[in-house]
Amino acid sequence: MTVSDTREEPRTAEELLQQRNTAGRRVHDLLHRFPALSPLIVLIVACIVFGLANSRFAAPENLSIVLQQAAIVGSLAVGQTLIILTAGIDLSIGAVVVLASLVMGKLASGNGMPGFLAFLLGFLVAMAAGLVNGLLVTRLKLPPFIVTLGTLSIFTALTLIYAQGQTISLGDSGFLTFTGKTLSIGRFHVTVGVLFMLLLYVGFAYALRQTAWGRHLYATGDDAEAARLAGIRTRRVLLSAYVVAGAVVGISAWILVGRIQGADPNAGINLNLESITAVVIGGTSLFGGRGAVVGSLLGALIVQVFDNGLALIGVDPNYQVLAVGVLVIVAVAADQWIRSVKS
Amino acid sequence: MSDPVLEARGLVKTFGHVVGLAGVDLTLFPGEVLAVIGDNGAGKSTLIKCLSGAMQPDAGEMMLEGNRVSFASTQDARAAGIETVYQTLAVAPALDIASNLFLGREERSPGVLGSVFRKLDNGRMRKQAKQHIDDLGISTLQNINQAVETLSGGQRQAVAVARAAAFGGKVVILDEPTAALGVRETGQVLGLVRDLRERGLGVILISHNMPNVFEVADRIQIQRLGRSAGVITPRSHTPAEGVAIMTGATTLEATPGTPVVPSPR
Repeated sequence: MTVSDTREEPRTAEELLQQRNTAGRRVHDLLHRFPALSPLIVLIVACIVFGLANSRFAAPENLSIVLQQAAIVGSLAVGQTLIILTAGIDLSIGAVVVLASLVMGKLASGNGMPGFLAFLLGFLVAMAAGLVNGLLVTRLKLPPFIVTLGTLSIFTALTLIYAQGQTISLGDSGFLTFTGKTLSIGRFHVTVGVLFMLLLYVGFAYALRQTAWGRHLYATGDDAEAARLAGIRTRRVLLSAYVVAGAVVGISAWILVGRIQGADPNAGINLNLESITAVVIGGTSLFGGRGAVVGSLLGALIVQVFDNGLALIGVDPNYQVLAVGVLVIVAVAADQWIRSVKS
Repeated sequence: MSDPVLEARGLVKTFGHVVGLAGVDLTLFPGEVLAVIGDNGAGKSTLIKCLSGAMQPDAGEMMLEGNRVSFASTQDARAAGIETVYQTLAVAPALDIASNLFLGREERSPGVLGSVFRKLDNGRMRKQAKQHIDDLGISTLQNINQAVETLSGGQRQAVAVARAAAFGGKVVILDEPTAALGVRETGQVLGLVRDLRERGLGVILISHNMPNVFEVADRIQIQRLGRSAGVITPRSHTPAEGVAIMTGATTLEATPGTPVVPSPR
C-alpha cells in the first residue's frame, strides 16, 4: 500500500473517462467547431517544407502560378461544397463547366455574338444543368450519385456533339477572356479569374454562415427528416443548392475560358474528381451538414502546392498523384473521427 | 370551466384499407395536460399527426379556440400556435442549441444588413435562446453554443421542449417525450411539462409510460383500435384500470371508476 500517494484517484467511471479524454477531446472539439483547421495546418506545413526544400517555391512568381492553377478547381469546389453539404455529390460538375465554356466560346467566335451575351447564355446553360440535377434529385427522389453519374454522360455527350471536334480559340481581348487578364502587384501576378474565385469564397462563406438559407442547407444535409419536421422546406432548399451550384459553375466556365483563351471540349476530364478531392481534403463531410466552404479553397490549394512543390524538388509526377490519394484518405478518416459522437 | 383551446370532432384517416382513425373526438382545455394512451396501432400517432399538420384527416373537423382550422403542413399548425415535439426530436445534430431553437424561424438583423444581405441576427437569437432556457429553468443546458450532438438524450429532449415552449402560442404536443430517458432526466422533462401547464398552454402528452401519465396528466384519453375508448382521470381510475380499458379487457361503461367532482378549472 502506497501511503505517500496523495494524487486524487478518480472515483467514478465518469470521472475516469473525463480524465482520460481531455486532450483528445479538446482537439476533437476544436476540429468539430472549425472543420477547416486541419487543412489549414496541412497547407502551412506543406508550404514551409517545400519552401525549405527549394528556394524557388516561395518566390512570388511561383506562388502566383499556384494560385492561377487553383482558380478553376477552386471555383468549381465552391459549387461542389454546396452539394456535398446537402449530403449529395455532383459527378457532372466538370462536364457542365466544359459545356458552358464551349457555349460561351462558340457563340462568341462562330456566331459573332457579343461577349457578354455569350457569357450570359453559357451561364444559363450551367444553371439549367443544375436545375435538371436538382429536379431529378428532389422530384424523382433519386440518389444524387446516380443522377449526376447519368447527367455526367449526357452533358459530356452534348458537349462533344455541340463541339463537333473543334476547339475554339479567342483573342485575348474582349469580355469572355477578361478573366484571364493579369493584374500585377509587385512580383505577384494574379489573374482576374483568381480574384473572381476568391470573391466566390467570400460570398458563399457569408451566405452559408450568416443567412437562414445557409443554416437550412446545413440542417437539411445533417438530417433531412429532422429539418423537415422543424419546419424547413427541405425540397426547396435542396433544389436551390443545385441551381446555385449551377450558377457557380457558370462563373467557373468564364474563368476557364479566360485561362485557356478559348474553349476545348476535352479540357475538363479531371475536374469532376478534382473538385470533390478539394472539398474532401478541405474537411467537408461527405455525409453532409458539416464543413466550411473556405476549407475547399484550402483543399484546392493543397493539391496545387503538392503538385508544384514536388515537381520543383524533382519528384516523379506519379508520386504527386499518390500523395493526393493519401491526403484524401487521411481527410476522410479525420472526418469519421470528428463526426464520432461523444457522450 | 373555460372554453377548449383545441377541439377535434369525428376525425377519420384511412391508409388504403387500413383504418387509422375511425372518427375520433378530442377536447383540450388551456392550462391542462391531456395524456393520450393506447396500444400500438391504436391511432395515437395518426391523431397527433393530424393535429400537428403532418397529415391531413380524410374527414372530421378541428377547432382552435372555437375557429375551424385545417392545416396543410406543420408550418401551418405552427403558425396557428400548435407546436409539436416529435419522438425523433427533429433537431439538427451539428448545429448549436441557439440555432436549433430558432431553426426554421431565424431572425434577421435590422436595417439593410437584414433586408438586402439577409444577415442573421445571431447575437439577438443567442440572447433570446438563453432567456427562454433560463425561463424554463433548464439548468442542464449551460452553453448555448454547444452542438446538440454533444448533449445527452435528456438535454436534447430539453432543447426540443424548450423550442416548443418558446414558440408554442396555444398548444404543445409531446410525442413520447420520455421514451429514451433515464429516471432523473424523465423527472426533468415532466417538470417542463408541468411548467408549460402553469403558463396556461394546452399540453397533449402521448406516452406508453403509465406511471408518468398518471403522475402528470389532468385527464387521460384512451385510444383503442382507431377510436376513443373514453376519457378518465388519474383520480377516477387506477393505472391498472386504464391499461385494462386500453387493451380491451374491459370498457369504460363496465369500469366507471371512482366518480369525481368535475375539475374546478
